[in-house]
Amino acid sequence: MDQQMNFEKIEKKTTARRRVKNVVLYSVLGFWALLVLFPFYWMLLTAFKSYGEYNGESIPKLFVSNPTLENFVNAFTEVPLADYFLNTLIFTLATTALMLVVVIPAAFAFARLEFKGKNLVFTVFLSLMMIPNELVIITNFTTITNLDMRNTFMGLILPSVMSVFYIYLLKENFSQVPEELYLAAKVDGTSDFKYMWKVMLPICKPTVVTITILKVIECWNSYIWPRLITDEEAYYLVSNGIQELRESGFGRENIPSMMAAVVAISVPLVVLFLIFRKKIMAGVARGGTKG
Amino acid sequence: MKVVLENLTKRYPSRNKRAAGDVIAVDHFTFEIPDGKLVGLLGPSGCGKSTTLNLISGLTKPTEGSIYFGDEDVTKMAPEHRGVGLVFQNYALYPHLTVMENITFPLENLKGKAKLPKAERERRAREIAALVQIDSLLDRKPSELSGGQQQRVAIARALVKMPRVLLLDEPLSNLDARLRLQTREEIKRIQKETGITTVFVTHDQDEAMSISDLIVVMKDGVVQQIGAPQAVYDDPANLFVARFLGTPPINVFEGCVKKEKLYIGGKRVLDVEGADDGEVLVGIRPEGFLPDEKGSFSCTLSGIEVMGRDVSIVSTHKASQNATVRAIVPSELGINTASSEVSFSLKPSKVYLFDKETERRIGFAFEGDNDTQKESSVGFVGKILGQLFKRGGK
Repeated sequence: MDQQMNFEKIEKKTTARRRVKNVVLYSVLGFWALLVLFPFYWMLLTAFKSYGEYNGESIPKLFVSNPTLENFVNAFTEVPLADYFLNTLIFTLATTALMLVVVIPAAFAFARLEFKGKNLVFTVFLSLMMIPNELVIITNFTTITNLDMRNTFMGLILPSVMSVFYIYLLKENFSQVPEELYLAAKVDGTSDFKYMWKVMLPICKPTVVTITILKVIECWNSYIWPRLITDEEAYYLVSNGIQELRESGFGRENIPSMMAAVVAISVPLVVLFLIFRKKIMAGVARGGTKG
Repeated sequence: MKVVLENLTKRYPSRNKRAAGDVIAVDHFTFEIPDGKLVGLLGPSGCGKSTTLNLISGLTKPTEGSIYFGDEDVTKMAPEHRGVGLVFQNYALYPHLTVMENITFPLENLKGKAKLPKAERERRAREIAALVQIDSLLDRKPSELSGGQQQRVAIARALVKMPRVLLLDEPLSNLDARLRLQTREEIKRIQKETGITTVFVTHDQDEAMSISDLIVVMKDGVVQQIGAPQAVYDDPANLFVARFLGTPPINVFEGCVKKEKLYIGGKRVLDVEGADDGEVLVGIRPEGFLPDEKGSFSCTLSGIEVMGRDVSIVSTHKASQNATVRAIVPSELGINTASSEVSFSLKPSKVYLFDKETERRIGFAFEGDNDTQKESSVGFVGKILGQLFKRGGK
């Protein structure tokens, strides 16, 4: 009987301890989630506030009293946001496709083929990753301007086609495919290209999917480069559109319209992420660890 | 299709820059593999057997020497034109393709006249799959197969293009013991049925002995001995070959020959007619011991291991180079386990003498050995020794 009591006591103690642990854990996680999600909430909130309401609040409110869709209408009428969407779509698809065409064979060559100076070239490639992007943008700007490609899709696309990091990521993944597969294919008379296409790519599909999606996101979000290289509306991307909308207010920044545009622009990415969520995570995890 | 290797040599530049000279993986390998035979390349790891296989397949280019398939010189030919089927140790199946797609993969590369329509490719794949008995697994992926089944798929893939030569690189080492026995018989059967000249690399002497028509024992890139498995076992050319073949391994003692008598540990144990005086190493196969109370060879008994049919007598001897002396005797012979000493007489045919310096075999004749046997045994060893001398081997 005495022992029985003891058991109950121990049981109670552990349950209590577990409960405390959970409370602490979830409050920390909850707080963190709040920090991360708050900007998104703020974006949505602002998008549904009218221009007047937004500018009338000296202290911004955490809720909206008269939700309105006027900002969304504004976003598509004040500036040709739909055209920008189309431009961005063309830019994103073309860049991503070209990037794959460049990156996959490069990664394959570094991973499988033997040629003089392979290691040197790869080291130089990797060291390029240490140069800040902003620096590269200046030289790219000069190059593209000299080539007379300002305000063309080519000028927009070309500098983003190459990505050292994705070559590196894919090369590491390719290198993990056992060499015997390559030798077996060689003995059977498979060409390098066919081996890459029929064996390497299917095996490394998760990583290829990952870099594709990451590139799409990168293109969709790019701002500095398109802003620099285009000053004709016909080549504006959505990011330029946001900037334009911001400046469309009555003497003040039209933040609600801008936020509405941001919401509209984010939707395709969010959908993309939700669809490929598992693949993105798997690819990132796989690329990082060996095996 | 016979395969001829002529002075085949592969040198790799030394990785260690301070050490001069190259690493010689294969050293002047000359051998003619008869048509339709199964040849086992046998040796410890790093002895150059896999390199030899890669040279035959064309994945590695030789530094010197030539390779002929039949009468055709293939030395400079690319692997895909040689018509070799290669099976890797880890099978190297394409993980994303089904068994059927794996087997038909080599056929998809055929170009020009040799190009086959899809139906024909699949028909051939089915035929080969039936031969290696995986015809019920054609829709599976490699990851859904057991090791033995994967192995068969790999063999099927190598066979489907009807190679002139089939090369197997340690084909059994990834299988468990039971499956290994089964699969090696299977390989033998498939080889017999197809009649394709096959070269098979292994470090496991049991494997090589059990299925090969001929075995080639290699050490440090140099061929030590070539012959039928039993002949090599019974008649090793040097101490290395004697040590490498046989489980449990051969017992080696230090001894000396004086006036055609063999002494081990100061005791006269055997008459060795025709052997010169001097220090020798004596190899005695475990089955070369006969328990005999009056026997001249006595050891300190340390234990007995019962193996059912046979009994393994474990003992020690001061002149032995091995830590223990192992004798295998039929279990019917009663052994006095109470005694601390065990005495044997030796079967002369299971005793080999080796030169202490060169470790080469020294021939001798013994009583009860009829003349033809004597001649052939000494003669064969002499021939091998002669070959090694000519080649300047170690």
